[in-house]
Amino acid sequence: MKKTKVGLFIPCYINQLYPQVAIATLELLEKLNVDVYYPQGQTCCGQPLGNSGYEEDSKGACNLFVENFKEYDYIVGPSGSCIYHVKHHFDILEQTPEVIKVRNNAYELCEFLVKILGVTDLGASFPHKVGLHKSCHGLRGLKLGSCSEVMGPHFSTEEDLLNNVKGLELMSLNRKDECCGFGGTFSVFEEAISVKMGKDRIQDHLDSDVEVITGADHSCLMHLEGLINRNKQPLKVMHIAEILNSSL
Amino acid sequence: MKHSEKAEIFNKDEAKVNWHDKALWYVREKRDNSAHKVQGWEYLRELGSGIKANVLSNLDEYLIQFESNAKKNGIHVHWASNAEEHNEIVNSILVKHDAKKVVKSKSMLTEECHLNPYLEKKGIEVIDTDLGERIVQLAKEPPSHIVLPAIHKTKEEVDVLFQEHLGTKPSQGNPEYLVSEARKHLRNKFLKADVAITGVNFAVADTGGVVVCTNEGNADMGVHLAKAHIACMGIEKIIPQEKHLGVFLRLLARSATGQPITTYSSHFNKAEEGKEMHIIIVDNGRTEQLSREDFRASLHCIRCGACMNTCPIYRRSGGHSYDYTIPGPIGSILSPGKDLKKHSSLPFASTLCGSCSNVCPVKINIHEQLYKWRQVIVKEEKQPVIKKAVLKTAGVVLSKPGLYDFAGKSARFALKNFPKFMIYNKLNAWGKARDLPEVKNDNFDEWFKKRNKDG
Ligand code: SF4
Repeated sequence: MKKTKVGLFIPCYINQLYPQVAIATLELLEKLNVDVYYPQGQTCCGQPLGNSGYEEDSKGACNLFVENFKEYDYIVGPSGSCIYHVKHHFDILEQTPEVIKVRNNAYELCEFLVKILGVTDLGASFPHKVGLHKSCHGLRGLKLGSCSEVMGPHFSTEEDLLNNVKGLELMSLNRKDECCGFGGTFSVFEEAISVKMGKDRIQDHLDSDVEVITGADHSCLMHLEGLINRNKQPLKVMHIAEILNSSL
Repeated sequence: MKHSEKAEIFNKDEAKVNWHDKALWYVREKRDNSAHKVQGWEYLRELGSGIKANVLSNLDEYLIQFESNAKKNGIHVHWASNAEEHNEIVNSILVKHDAKKVVKSKSMLTEECHLNPYLEKKGIEVIDTDLGERIVQLAKEPPSHIVLPAIHKTKEEVDVLFQEHLGTKPSQGNPEYLVSEARKHLRNKFLKADVAITGVNFAVADTGGVVVCTNEGNADMGVHLAKAHIACMGIEKIIPQEKHLGVFLRLLARSATGQPITTYSSHFNKAEEGKEMHIIIVDNGRTEQLSREDFRASLHCIRCGACMNTCPIYRRSGGHSYDYTIPGPIGSILSPGKDLKKHSSLPFASTLCGSCSNVCPVKINIHEQLYKWRQVIVKEEKQPVIKKAVLKTAGVVLSKPGLYDFAGKSARFALKNFPKFMIYNKLNAWGKARDLPEVKNDNFDEWFKKRNKDG
């Protein structure tokens, strides 16, 4: 059988600031024996522009994205919000077969592992008390899990994966899917509220005895980490790919 | 003032923000529990949304049907294309009845039309009879929430307010005492009122009657005691048939406060013997919103307030920071349609988390409409020079891998090597309360190239 070809999408800020997240993602996919390629010359999905109202100016970045990824069966990235943007906001491009293919086949990492590869146990071990921050774009946008506002059975792609990590204790939070307040440029233009939301989010994890906050969207984690470091709080922040790739 | 500036002021008192957030979250949780008890809740939402979509597509017909049925029942029907016309119609009815005292049961539409100041200038006493509304009226403030108008006030603040205006005794915010004093005060107003004004929650096309939902029974009390009843409604309040009430009454109260149904659902189908009933049907910008395809679904809104309670930004910035009659997520869609310039910061007062769209009983895609407004605003409104330059440049950089590589490297170099004071200065909103990420030696591109060379 032909091996599925996966194009690895590394969002701009992860590339520049969190290479360890990209490395863990790549290693995870390699471990699972998929054919992973990293198209050189990729930049960004255009989300920061779109969310700021500059969708028109993001067309160059979106077209480049399609150019880079059109030949792969799947496009996988460790960031729910970027994948959401590709799937939902690339409607500003002309809907050529290539654009449609890229939009249909873009997957957030956890979703790809569970839904496409069908694995939940990656043989990882991580003996710590972990709190899961469910990013809104992943949760409500990509439907990676059930949302507290919506009536229906409980499910969570990230929880399925974390529950199979040896030694890991998944702590329950008081507000299990409240927004952290990052919101892209919201974090700068609505600084006061953004910071307050982040502080409240962190407090929930502290109150729930969490040692490590994880999530599938490093932008939220970057915001929380910035607050944790400034306020010297006893919490660590790790992307879910790093936890799933660890064997402690 | 922009939303962010008002929100920053509100956030100066962190204890109050925490209290405000908790109070609204409590209501949101009550809503969740109560919705859980209804089998097929999501189906009900679907149904509500579908009925509303039908109404908006056939609005003219339903309105005409409603008018003719209402007239058959002896109700006087008036049409107002804007706020001024609405206010003048109200005034003409008051003049006809030589009315000097008016009691009003909560109506956001009359707030929207600024009816109170208009009537007060004419020497008419207007008393809001909903307790929350009365509190903000005494404080000379607009409501900060459409269902819980005084949610921004603590009971201690209400205590002080009542001492000043109603002559009550200091009670340390004892709620029973405050409520009973308010009741005495309002009873007196009800008894002396000439005319009662109410809002309309649902106007039923096939009966020509209107339904008003309250928890305090103040709509009934006002209407039964006064000589005339004026019901004010936006054109979008129509539902086709009486049987559809079953859908909306179940959705409304649960979404609003978590109650199975409001304490009173008052049906007004004709005037009582010897009295008069008027209905004023108001447009005031709604047809224009209807014509905007991307935003027309905002007219589904049944004003339950659930999107405010769930909104993490609303909970922490308060309703007044929106500076519009309808605050919160839905207000941020409705307000730019009324005045794009004045309200251009509101669609940005959101992380686009999507909780509002999930909670909305009539399934308005609120967060998607906020995203859409942002695109319109950037095109139509003058943008801050720096913001515009930064984002336009980013657009170019991100479309060119070579430039991106260079920019990425320079930014990381700057973060790593520049003295902290350059990064953490007043202009850098990120760094005010947050540290910047620690910079590693290589970015992923560099790591990847090296690995492939070694391997
Ligand atoms: S938009 Fe939806 S949730 Fe918000 S007030 Fe209207 S009906 Fe309620």
